Amino acid sequence: MTSKRITIALLLACMLAIAGCASAPPRDDALYQELGGRSGIEALVETLLFRVSDDPRIAHHFADVDIIHLNDRLVEFICVEAGGPCAYTGKPMAAAHKHVTIGEADFNALVENLMGAMDARKLPRTTQNHLLHRLAALQRQVVRRGPPPPEAPLVPQP
Amino acid sequence: MTPALRPLLPACAAALLLASASACAGQGRLLATGGATQIEGSAGGGIVPWAVLSGYGTDKQSGGAAFYTRVETGDYALDAYGASFTVANRVELSFARQSFDLGELQRRLALPWDALEQDIYGAKVRVAGDLVYTRLPQVSVGIQHKRLRDGTLPLAIGARDDRGTDAYVSASKLFLDAAGGYQLLLNATLRSTNANQTGLLGFGGDQRASRSWVWEGSAAVLLDPRLAVGVEYRQKPDNLGFAREDDWRDVFIAWFPNKHVAVVGAWADLGSIATLERQRGSYVSVQWSF
Repeated sequence: MTSKRITIALLLACMLAIAGCASAPPRDDALYQELGGRSGIEALVETLLFRVSDDPRIAHHFADVDIIHLNDRLVEFICVEAGGPCAYTGKPMAAAHKHVTIGEADFNALVENLMGAMDARKLPRTTQNHLLHRLAALQRQVVRRGPPPPEAPLVPQP
Repeated sequence: MTPALRPLLPACAAALLLASASACAGQGRLLATGGATQIEGSAGGGIVPWAVLSGYGTDKQSGGAAFYTRVETGDYALDAYGASFTVANRVELSFARQSFDLGELQRRLALPWDALEQDIYGAKVRVAGDLVYTRLPQVSVGIQHKRLRDGTLPLAIGARDDRGTDAYVSASKLFLDAAGGYQLLLNATLRSTNANQTGLLGFGGDQRASRSWVWEGSAAVLLDPRLAVGVEYRQKPDNLGFAREDDWRDVFIAWFPNKHVAVVGAWADLGSIATLERQRGSYVSVQWSF
């Protein structure tokens, strides 16, 4: 009886673990099309950046940022992640955020703004989830607990 | 500070005492990631503790929740209420009081008690992972120390003790793009317990005195960031000779209108309880998070 229970629990744990690893990169441009192509992504990023700049929780992180540059790189990044015909010309995400301390709450605030922007663009729930799923892995690259490492530049390089 | 926020002051003071938290009552986690409060006072679903910790604080914030739950099965009713406090999304401390209205059983047996009450002191520690962002599930270990306020009746019907401690490990994971494009939450919990009917009928019994390993599971689909529907299952030991004890199950709908309020409604099937068969009925829970 006890061993049966443990077996069931182990099976459940394995299912959780396997499902957790079953995220493959996009092999087609389905999400890109769902987002409305390049113009849809541009509209989404614009809505997102307006919301971010109005969000007192994280607006200060973007105070000294070249917003046009950020806008263009974000459009490229989301386009690539969605399987679209774009090239990301920015720095890798970890390197791009090396000079700032992004906490868990900061990252979640950005996610909430993205969710709000996707709602405002009236994107279907399933499309929203596809994009959130694609972008979730960024959290581990961007969020850091401590201060920036001493060798990092104090201001972002253009 | 507005008058509405004044009740938060003791909680914030406790936060500063418990840890040098840089901010009190932070709300940096995503909506619904604190779960609801299960009947024993731990963050979770309705009857199963999950690996998530109460409130919405991140690694640099603190928070918590208060809850009230009522289950009515026709013959019985259970009221549960309590509060929990979470430090830095790492440690959750909780207290809950359950009052089990004996209802029909009291009338049938002319019992001199109309209710059984127990207090539950809970602690849960997140040991690994993040519900949303890590590939592996969020894993937490916890205990629930339970004390009957009056153990006379449970001891008279065969229970070995009027207090006991459950220990459990939970794994929870939110899949952002699953279940037909909707978000899916899965939770599995393995519990070591000797509690009869979660402890309301005492601990250990004439039929089986030792602890049992039981598993508990939950699955929920988020139709919307604010709305989840799901099912739960909770295996139970069967220690008492005078009455059979069944596993529990429920189907639920949970609404998170914002980061302060959660409302859960469910239909629960609690099986046979103290000789009264087919205990099924409504479950309603409200939670206030800070």
